[in-house]
Amino acid sequence: MSKQISIDEAVKKIKDGMTIMVGGFLGCGSPHRIIDRLVESGVKDLTLICNDTGFVDYGIGKMVVTRQLKKVYASHIGLNPETGNQMNAGECEVVLIPQGTLIEQIRCGGAGIGGFLTPTGVGTMVADGKETIVVDGKEYLLEYPIRADVAIIEAAKADEAGNLQYHDSTRNFSEQMATAADIVIAEVREIVKIGEMDPDFIHTPGIFVDYLVSDN
Amino acid sequence: MNNKKEFIAARVAKELKDGDIVNLGIGLPTMVSNYLEPGVNIILQSENGYVGLGEKPEEGKEDKDIVNAGGTPASINAGGAFFDSSMSFAIIRGGHIDATILGALQVDEKGNLANWIIPGKKVPGMGGAMDLVVGAKKVIVAMEHTNRGQKKILKDCTLPLTAKSVVDMIVTEMGVMEVTPEGLLLSEYNPEYSLEEIQEATECKLIVRDDVRVMS
Repeated sequence: MSKQISIDEAVKKIKDGMTIMVGGFLGCGSPHRIIDRLVESGVKDLTLICNDTGFVDYGIGKMVVTRQLKKVYASHIGLNPETGNQMNAGECEVVLIPQGTLIEQIRCGGAGIGGFLTPTGVGTMVADGKETIVVDGKEYLLEYPIRADVAIIEAAKADEAGNLQYHDSTRNFSEQMATAADIVIAEVREIVKIGEMDPDFIHTPGIFVDYLVSDN
Repeated sequence: MNNKKEFIAARVAKELKDGDIVNLGIGLPTMVSNYLEPGVNIILQSENGYVGLGEKPEEGKEDKDIVNAGGTPASINAGGAFFDSSMSFAIIRGGHIDATILGALQVDEKGNLANWIIPGKKVPGMGGAMDLVVGAKKVIVAMEHTNRGQKKILKDCTLPLTAKSVVDMIVTEMGVMEVTPEGLLLSEYNPEYSLEEIQEATECKLIVRDDVRVMS
């Protein structure tokens, strides 16, 4: 059974109020076609988990401009002034998380890890409300896993089984996001037949991927 | 103004050894790679997912799949490698970076660093900064000594911290300072400034090394 669906069918899987993970680092590696369709669809009240909120005109930042996000978990929002504006106006809740902590929260969310210790953020605002645990004389913050209803990622190549290969620096958050959501949709540039991808060179095994949306 | 920055970058470059794995923050730190000593080849890590960060590509030759940590077009050198964000932060947090060079809003004599937020004014997020300073073997702050007359090297940081007790060395246009258990040690100075002027521009007490040298 093919995992390939149309972009319209894919976009219908994201419903108002859902928590979504979107791959990409300042738009590099983001599923741009799906994002554009989500903007058109008007789906709203979403909670976004993403490294950043892109730019106002590139990547996930477009959905900030159209006010479709009610909450954002990200490590950096500085290059999209609209996010800061909505945050200050109380229109969008923003939770800033150190990038290494955020990716590890996602990794643990997919890997069945109930919590992890990181030295990042000890003694800073990031530690507020969190438990500090000392191991061998060193302080760590206890952080918890994070998961989403839907993860939307972008890859260069897929086979019909959903195995994915990423290109260059587009991998960033997508590899772990593919493990940490109930539904995983991959926007891909090329879909080949099963058997055409070398199992030695697969970045995301197809068992994680529910749907493929072709780039053309 | 560029001369001050170049002077600082050139001095910082002397801290790097052949083969060092280095992460450079945005702005002044990126100039450090222009001043490496002959025979010193370093490997630059880009937090979004690769080692071997190379030169900015020629105009028209940009590849949207390769960006640096600021989201702008970049390149990868032969011998480099791409990986995902969980690997990137294992490298950063796990002590595999020999030196991280970054700017600061404030540094204090205990090595506390504040460089990510001015509450109510600038809230861009911390990105990878908190992980970088906690994980790197050596943390070098490269910055101008004061900001429009405002002191930046303090007894205690007043802005929210990026991390506690992480800074090893501060390089400004006035001097080279090292964080020690006894306090901030001035080990080199720029003879364009008198030792009095340098102390005047610094809030905390500077311990002047007996054999304090002129900055090379």
